Amino acid sequence: MAVIEQKKTGLNSSTIWNQLSETELRIDSQDKEMALRVLNNTPMPTTRTEAWKYTRVSKLGKIEFSNQGAQLTSIDKYIIDESGTRLVFINGHLSEEFSSEEFQDELNITLLSQGEELAPSILNLDDEIFHSLNTAFLTDGVQIEIADNANVERTIQIIHILKGESVISNFKTIIKAGKSSQANIIQGFFAEGEGKSNFCNSTSEIFVGENAALTVDKVQYENESTFHISTEQVQQEKNSVFTINTSTLNGGLVRNNINIDVNGENCVSHMNGVYLLKNKQHVDNHTVMNHKVAHCDSHELYKGVIDDKATAVFNGKVYVRPDAQKINAFQSNGNVLLSDDASVYSKPELEIYADDVKCSHGSTTGQLDEEAIFYLQARGLSKKSAHKLMVSAFIGEALDMTKNENARAFIDNLLLERFGWDF
Amino acid sequence: MSAYTEEELAKDLEGQEYKFGFTTDIKSDQAPKGLNEDIIRFISAKKEEPEWMLQNRLEAFAIWKEMKEPDWAHVKYEKPNFQDIIYYSAPNQTKKYESWDDVDPEMKETMKKLGISMEEQKRLTGTNVAVDFVMDSVSVATSFKSKLKELGIIFCSFSEAVQDHPELVREHMGTVVPTKDNFYAALNSAVFTDGSFCYIPKGVRCPMELSTYFRINEGGTGQFERTLVVADEGSYVSYLEGCTAPQRDENQLHAAVVELVAKDNAEIKYSTVQNWYPGDKNGLGGIFNFVTKRGICGYRSKISWTQVETGSAVTWKYPSCILKGDYSVGEFYSVAVTNNYQQADTGTKMIHLGKNTKSTIISKGISAGESHNSYRGLVQINKNAHNARNFSQCDSLLMNDTCGAHTFPYIECKNSSAKIEHEATTSKIGEDQIFYCLQRGISEEKAIGLIVNGYCKEVLNQLPMEFAVEAQKLLSISLEGSVG
Amino acid sequence: MIKITDLQAKIDDKEILKGLNLEVKPGEIHAIMGPNGAGKSTLASVLAGREDYEITGGSVDFQGTDLLDMNTEERAREGLFLAFQYPVEIPGVSNINFLRTAINEIREHKKKDPISAKDFMAMVREKSALVELDSKLASRSVNEGFSGGEKKRNEIFQMAMLEPKLAILDETDSGLDIDALRIVANGVNTLKSDKNATIVITHYQRLLDYIVPDFVHVLYDGKIVKTGGKELALELEEKGYDWIKEELAN
Repeated sequence: MAVIEQKKTGLNSSTIWNQLSETELRIDSQDKEMALRVLNNTPMPTTRTEAWKYTRVSKLGKIEFSNQGAQLTSIDKYIIDESGTRLVFINGHLSEEFSSEEFQDELNITLLSQGEELAPSILNLDDEIFHSLNTAFLTDGVQIEIADNANVERTIQIIHILKGESVISNFKTIIKAGKSSQANIIQGFFAEGEGKSNFCNSTSEIFVGENAALTVDKVQYENESTFHISTEQVQQEKNSVFTINTSTLNGGLVRNNINIDVNGENCVSHMNGVYLLKNKQHVDNHTVMNHKVAHCDSHELYKGVIDDKATAVFNGKVYVRPDAQKINAFQSNGNVLLSDDASVYSKPELEIYADDVKCSHGSTTGQLDEEAIFYLQARGLSKKSAHKLMVSAFIGEALDMTKNENARAFIDNLLLERFGWDF
Repeated sequence: MSAYTEEELAKDLEGQEYKFGFTTDIKSDQAPKGLNEDIIRFISAKKEEPEWMLQNRLEAFAIWKEMKEPDWAHVKYEKPNFQDIIYYSAPNQTKKYESWDDVDPEMKETMKKLGISMEEQKRLTGTNVAVDFVMDSVSVATSFKSKLKELGIIFCSFSEAVQDHPELVREHMGTVVPTKDNFYAALNSAVFTDGSFCYIPKGVRCPMELSTYFRINEGGTGQFERTLVVADEGSYVSYLEGCTAPQRDENQLHAAVVELVAKDNAEIKYSTVQNWYPGDKNGLGGIFNFVTKRGICGYRSKISWTQVETGSAVTWKYPSCILKGDYSVGEFYSVAVTNNYQQADTGTKMIHLGKNTKSTIISKGISAGESHNSYRGLVQINKNAHNARNFSQCDSLLMNDTCGAHTFPYIECKNSSAKIEHEATTSKIGEDQIFYCLQRGISEEKAIGLIVNGYCKEVLNQLPMEFAVEAQKLLSISLEGSVG
Repeated sequence: MIKITDLQAKIDDKEILKGLNLEVKPGEIHAIMGPNGAGKSTLASVLAGREDYEITGGSVDFQGTDLLDMNTEERAREGLFLAFQYPVEIPGVSNINFLRTAINEIREHKKKDPISAKDFMAMVREKSALVELDSKLASRSVNEGFSGGEKKRNEIFQMAMLEPKLAILDETDSGLDIDALRIVANGVNTLKSDKNATIVITHYQRLLDYIVPDFVHVLYDGKIVKTGGKELALELEEKGYDWIKEELAN
């Protein structure tokens, strides 16, 4: 039969990067070669791909993205923590105007476009289209090195703003927390105005040194036509504590991958997430907790409220590798559905190859307790405020994991702005 | 598997023209190796099946050829060569031991521990000498049969059902597990040799567990088993499948299909004890058990699956419920034990379609040796399934540090009035508990047996009494020498 | 009955027992008292055969055989019983089934036939009455959902069922109200004969009002440092352990 052989495999037929030119950044040559090979040979994931079972990305393949800088008149509303320093990137390009002039002494900050050749990436590129896209077409990136023994008191914010139409930002953040250092880094993701069909494709490589304590607060507040795919690849060395709090409050299609490899003993890892969805939002949190060695703890708590026609996906995987004894790994995912058209897909997984472990996961899906709402109404609350109260009670546990008060106040403000929910 | 065109088939057939001529070949008790349309025609002819059944098989074969063997399960094994399998062999051709002395002493020992009578031991191993015993069973079976007949219950082999009750078979077969459902279901639909058929008429409560009969008559059911249970409106049946004795079988691949139809207000309780040959201590040999089991529930009906899985080298099995009728209930109770190099990937699917449907999943996985034991389950609440409820509890117990226990639940919810709770734990067998037992004079092996049976109690309690006792013994035996 | 000579034991490189001597004869009740961390529970665990402890020296003779040479279940079958300080819960395993298994294993060890169901149930009824244990508890899972007092009574019930030669009660009185204490003590006293012996490990003199010991030993820093009669317990209750420490220092 004379059917036109349309190559549907690989992004090579896709339009994602037709308008893009290969990155000028000096990335590792093998990484680049690999990334291009993956892009040419790997089909776009479909819902038959296990890792993308509940998230369709086919739409992305139909858009011709481009990358160019843009100007803003003010970024005040994107400042999450007034007391901290900040790096501002518009469409992936540094805005010197809005970034801090000076940074904390204990930090060594370099733009990837201005630094030395990058070391090989710790990201998995094989079969990973978006990692490969990020690598081969890297717009820019930043490396933050925290000195050994440094106690960085003020936060460091990396603020990303997308502006325009069909703009892609392929951005990479490298964080190296030195031995016994302590720091709080905030990543903010925003979209300016009515920006349409923009795509933030971000990767982070995070190294938590021995005995270090690093907290990353990730605040996502793009708009409902934005695509956002980001990966945090984390390596923890012995005696370290790593915490990542992800708050997803807006965005069209959001996929967060957090992969934590625990390489040293006596580590603690925390992954927390809050997602509030409405309209047709689709938010997918994919986490991998990889316990490679013994005597470690991990705690994972993701909570979400899903309204309208929105969809939430949670896929949390805990690996306990052979000989990684004495592991305590706990994972919990809770969802409340506020509408009959809302959907939730929860897939908590355990893969355990050691025996002296305590691992558990729980997943609940339900609705607000009608009895409790009635009780509150009987005490004089309007149905609306009763709902608010119940939602905040449900989500509060996870929200409270963001310990930075300024960041928390910022999140509360967004919740009020977007959902009218007062916490 | 690449597409197989008609042209290619024609070519193939050219080469082997009339090699399996039906007229002569029908007398042979065994089909030649391999799988093609002729083999399927041979099986169908052997069974003197009506034309529609042959067409079903051929259709299934065509579908199967287009399908790919699934590889998503958490198991590793060498894929069977489907052209290297004998798809039909008359029952009297299964390998038998020449004499009782030839039977593997390990197997004899296990049966002794299970408390199986000598006669039954001989029968199970195929040392078919105890004629009296067989005679005896036939009479027992007959008395059962007349009692069942009085109530209008049909309980017979699948082949008999095709002959005697074609309308019932035709109406229901493939309605729960469609031919194209999955690779092994399609294969089974094409080549199934026999199995059981059960029909409970409206309003009838089957007065006995349909087990004893089954165990006497269907002990050596072949590798592609097909079971269909239809419980008509308001009826009840408890069906037991399998046997606690170790079943040595020359067939490496078992791909069964079980379909349950519970009509409005009906209830089916389906219990399985699976103890196929698990392979030796080094992981050599053993059965691949790739089973598709599914039931469909009408209004206010209930299907309850209970399984105790201790055998097979590789198990791939997800007894499922489609909760179509409003107020229908699905239950899944499972104990899966893996030791040595066994691999099990088992669980259930609860598909909530009707309103006020309810499902419960209790799964206990126990891993020992170098084995891997995975729970894989799906709870799906569809858009119109208002007020659906699910509770799942999946616990894994690890006996040492060389085995693995994995949990892969999929929870999909599209209705805001649903309540879904899923909990899973993984932990090691309690050293304190073992010590406590030892201090009371109980040996370590017994202590482990006690603790494991206690751990699985919720599931074992679902089994009919006499089955539960045997299952308990079986659990202990399966875990012998397993603590690291 | 049991003769402990210069017993030394350690856990994770920490020495706990540092040359302990103790002899208990049939018909006797011995109380072992001592401050926290003296090694009381270690002694109980070592005698019962818990593997976490490493024996570094000394010997234990139990009815003419080397106790330390036997594994835990052999010791139990030879008649050594430990009433646990923290009885463990075994979900899904009924008390009855548990005890019957234990009794039959012990009987098998002694080359006796398994106990008949009828005799066993009669025994359960008789012995559970002894500790006023609700017969419903007997059919529940071992210790699961039992209150603290019920767990301790269950230990004594098991002791009554297994009829040991030597019973070691490890802090059986801790956390008990006076009624439960009386019931436990009553059980122990009823079971006492001139053929068996009891070691009571306790923190408080209170229990000894109910179970009257023939000897009271003070265990301190891994050794028995003082032995006396019942009055020693009263003295300890009154003055605490400091005077012993002082006495030792001098």
